[in-house]
Amino acid sequence: MATDIWIILTASLVSTCCAILGCYLILRRMAMIGDAISHAVLPGIVLAFLFTGSRDSVTMLIGAGAVGIFTTFLIEFFNKQAKLQADAAIGVTFTWLFAIGVVLISVFAEQVDLDQDCVLYGELAYVPLDTIQIFSFTNEIPKASVVMFVILLSILLVVRLFGKQLLITSFDPAYASSIGIATTLWHYVLMSMVSATTVASFEAVGAILVVALLIVPAATAYLLTDDFRVMMKLSIALGIFASVLGYYLAYWLDGSIAAAIAIVCGIFFSIALVFSPAHGLVKKHKKIIMH
Amino acid sequence: MANIKLNIPALEIHDLTVAFDRKPVLWNIDLTLPQGKLVGIIGPNGAGKSTLIKSVMGLLPLSSGYVKLFDQDLATVRNKVSYVPQRNSVDWDFPVSVLDVVLMGRYAGLGLFKKIRPADKEMAMDCLRKVGMENFANRQISQLSGGQQQRTFLARSLAQQADVYFMDEPFAGVDAATEKTIIQLLQSMTQQGKTIIVVHHDLHAVTSYFDWLVMLNTRLVAHGATSEIFTRENLQHTYGGKLTLLSDVGELFKREELPNREM
Amino acid sequence: MENVIDFFSFSDPNVRYVTLGIIFIMACAAMVGTFTFLTKKSLLGDAIAHAVLPGICVGFMLAGTKNPFVLIPAAFAFGWLSLLCIDFITNKSRIKEDTAIGLVLSLFFAIGIFLLTIIQKNGNANQSGLDHFLFGKAAALVMGDIIAFSIVALLLMLLTLLFFKEFTLISFDKNFAISSGVPVRALEILQTGMIVLTVVIGIQAVGVVLMAAVLITPAAVARYWTDNIKTMLAIALLTGVFSGIAGAYLSYSAPNMPTGPWIVIFISTLALLSFFLSPKKGIINKILKQKRYKRQIQDENVLKTLYQLGEKTNQFFLSQQEASISDKRFFAKNILSNSLHRLMRNGFVTKQKNAWQLTDAGKLRGQRLVKIHRLWELYLTTYANIAPDHVHEDADTIEHFLTPELEAALEQQLNFPEKDPHQTIIPYQ
Repeated sequence: MATDIWIILTASLVSTCCAILGCYLILRRMAMIGDAISHAVLPGIVLAFLFTGSRDSVTMLIGAGAVGIFTTFLIEFFNKQAKLQADAAIGVTFTWLFAIGVVLISVFAEQVDLDQDCVLYGELAYVPLDTIQIFSFTNEIPKASVVMFVILLSILLVVRLFGKQLLITSFDPAYASSIGIATTLWHYVLMSMVSATTVASFEAVGAILVVALLIVPAATAYLLTDDFRVMMKLSIALGIFASVLGYYLAYWLDGSIAAAIAIVCGIFFSIALVFSPAHGLVKKHKKIIMH
Repeated sequence: MANIKLNIPALEIHDLTVAFDRKPVLWNIDLTLPQGKLVGIIGPNGAGKSTLIKSVMGLLPLSSGYVKLFDQDLATVRNKVSYVPQRNSVDWDFPVSVLDVVLMGRYAGLGLFKKIRPADKEMAMDCLRKVGMENFANRQISQLSGGQQQRTFLARSLAQQADVYFMDEPFAGVDAATEKTIIQLLQSMTQQGKTIIVVHHDLHAVTSYFDWLVMLNTRLVAHGATSEIFTRENLQHTYGGKLTLLSDVGELFKREELPNREM
Repeated sequence: MENVIDFFSFSDPNVRYVTLGIIFIMACAAMVGTFTFLTKKSLLGDAIAHAVLPGICVGFMLAGTKNPFVLIPAAFAFGWLSLLCIDFITNKSRIKEDTAIGLVLSLFFAIGIFLLTIIQKNGNANQSGLDHFLFGKAAALVMGDIIAFSIVALLLMLLTLLFFKEFTLISFDKNFAISSGVPVRALEILQTGMIVLTVVIGIQAVGVVLMAAVLITPAAVARYWTDNIKTMLAIALLTGVFSGIAGAYLSYSAPNMPTGPWIVIFISTLALLSFFLSPKKGIINKILKQKRYKRQIQDENVLKTLYQLGEKTNQFFLSQQEASISDKRFFAKNILSNSLHRLMRNGFVTKQKNAWQLTDAGKLRGQRLVKIHRLWELYLTTYANIAPDHVHEDADTIEHFLTPELEAALEQQLNFPEKDPHQTIIPYQ
């Protein structure tokens, strides 16, 4: 397959994972926790890199994913035990962990094949260069695509099996615990999926742009529909569509692909904000005039 | 109801103390409620009314004491207990329909992996009919009025088919018609032997709504049949301000971060 | 070691200026950030920091060089625009504030990165150094930047001091401020403008990604050591400046090290230490406090038991074996022995052979515990309608902690009763 197809495919896989998780994040008002996790996994990635010496191991996914969950735990710990106000608990925790990550990269620059810029915006263009042959009869497939595909399958499986629990704990956590659903458990399940996704998509899109993919398509879909299932499908569709358009935008202007995808998401969001049939500004404006 | 004896109390609270930030908001509550009553919990703002039912539902940690429902722990009889949170505790912009919300009441009965069955949907529609919301099943919840939101919550609770219901301010911010519908529904439920415990935020219609009362102000002032305990003296004790010494000691616990019970 | 001397002798004029610049920037960020923290706008600060990146790029594209007189206004404009966007989205749509912040933050940053990659690929000779805005490079600050930044920083610090009273008021009680005629809206705009400007002058040293930490973490540190807002400002300032100098030093001695992350590591370490060690709010102190309470309860329970043993015979100064104490009330053997030894050291009991005896002080303290216990039981049964058989456990806790003032109030209110609900005599001194 041609390189551009692989790039678009991988980008679509990343944005699909993010689009699904983003729906839960924004409805749970945890957008900034997602932001914090995506920054905070950096030291986990670097350390896993140092220990295993490569960037495509399961160890890395698990190790860095654990750091992501540790981050949510830490934020709660500072908030509850040290009585640090919630916004500052998030801000202090993720900047601290991210700073450690960047410093580790510069200290171990020789051993760690990651650079600071890549951390911020990834490099989708390099994705097709690092390939793996899964079955003897297949062609070489980019490793990033394989990893993202596995992550996506796991997310789909969890959402398919436990959609009920994730939905009810998002909508009404008090009621959910009253009927015996373990709210904390599902919180951490979601956080694990977010951590795994940010780690896996790290090289492709970087720590900060993954936040755009988590939040923006879901927020756009939220403006367009009142039905959760539709919201999730729309969010996925918007993410994939943005991946395709973003690739060509980046190609045209010769800029970062990941950033271009985020920008296209932003354009979608602006359009929805103004023209959404259900919640757009134009609609609201008309309502006011008619009354 | 088959396996519940009628003579055991629906709710028994023993020496319950609940603290926020170590300051007790409920102090040594001892309370027994019989089955089949429509019970009102009344008291001024900050009296711990919502805290009481939240702690019964296991949503808050107890500093001391225990709670029994039908002589059992909550975990054992959870499927017989239903909780209706305060209406404003959730985000009504959430993208689900009325039917989706009511179906949540069936989740408890379904296993971990099970999907919603057609029978669950019928049951949910039945519950919507009982609260007069059957025409709103597919309406998005963001388009509901306050009264309709409350009815939706009520229908969700009915869908659990429980024996005891805890409702947190079901009459707050609802229209007169809804209030009437709800109270009639609750009264007919108690006639079928259900126990309904309602946090009520004001004193109007107390005597006509509730046959049993819990009067609360951090400590339990009185509980019993409305006709017996709804007296001027008890009202004076409930609404006549806090016990100075009790709240001073509460503040002391918070300030000094004292342990609420001997360790 | 040579590095240390080189650096701290400030013989290299470049080091001197860079350090001075960092001190100004960090001091300013700490002061402005204290109010950002107090008004709970930490995450907004983060959003602004990310959002100035496209401004830097646009400014660079316009000027063709890293001219601070173009970059600063452009960055300021984008920082401000990002806030307008967040406000607009939150107020005009159903999107909640946290989503709006994350959305604007990541989108502005994406635009910045996109422009940055385009600039880099166009190979503009002057662009080297533009990516220092991501993680900060203090050493890359040139004389012109430092003078410009220091002036702005000084101005912002002056403004903070000038409006200190007003900022304190709006961060403490906004509604009160509005009702008492303070121009809250104007002050908030001023405050926001100051945050944006602080971010703009700080990012070259610290970088956009971590600028938020420089704003809020010093304030978070300070919050753990004082309740006084002036002291808080001073501690935040010291924390910021110290971390700034340390970061600048590291950046100087190891040129490959990014300044921003190191500064943040220094501040964050101070923050973590504060969370755990602060004498008032620290986690460790909380644990120790609970331990102390536990000991106090144990010791007092032993005293109380000795007193109660005396009550039976009305002879309070008899020697008691440890076994007979445990008979009256069960104590684990080592706990009892530890408590008795502690009480002996403090003069509440004496040891004779293998038996223990109350001293006068010990008897008085035991008596006070018993009195409060019985008074509290009476209070709960009389005033709180609690059944006599349910008040014991509560009184068992209260007896240890009631202050003398509350004790007096209790006696007054019950009017020095003779007997408790169980008809036991209440002992008064």
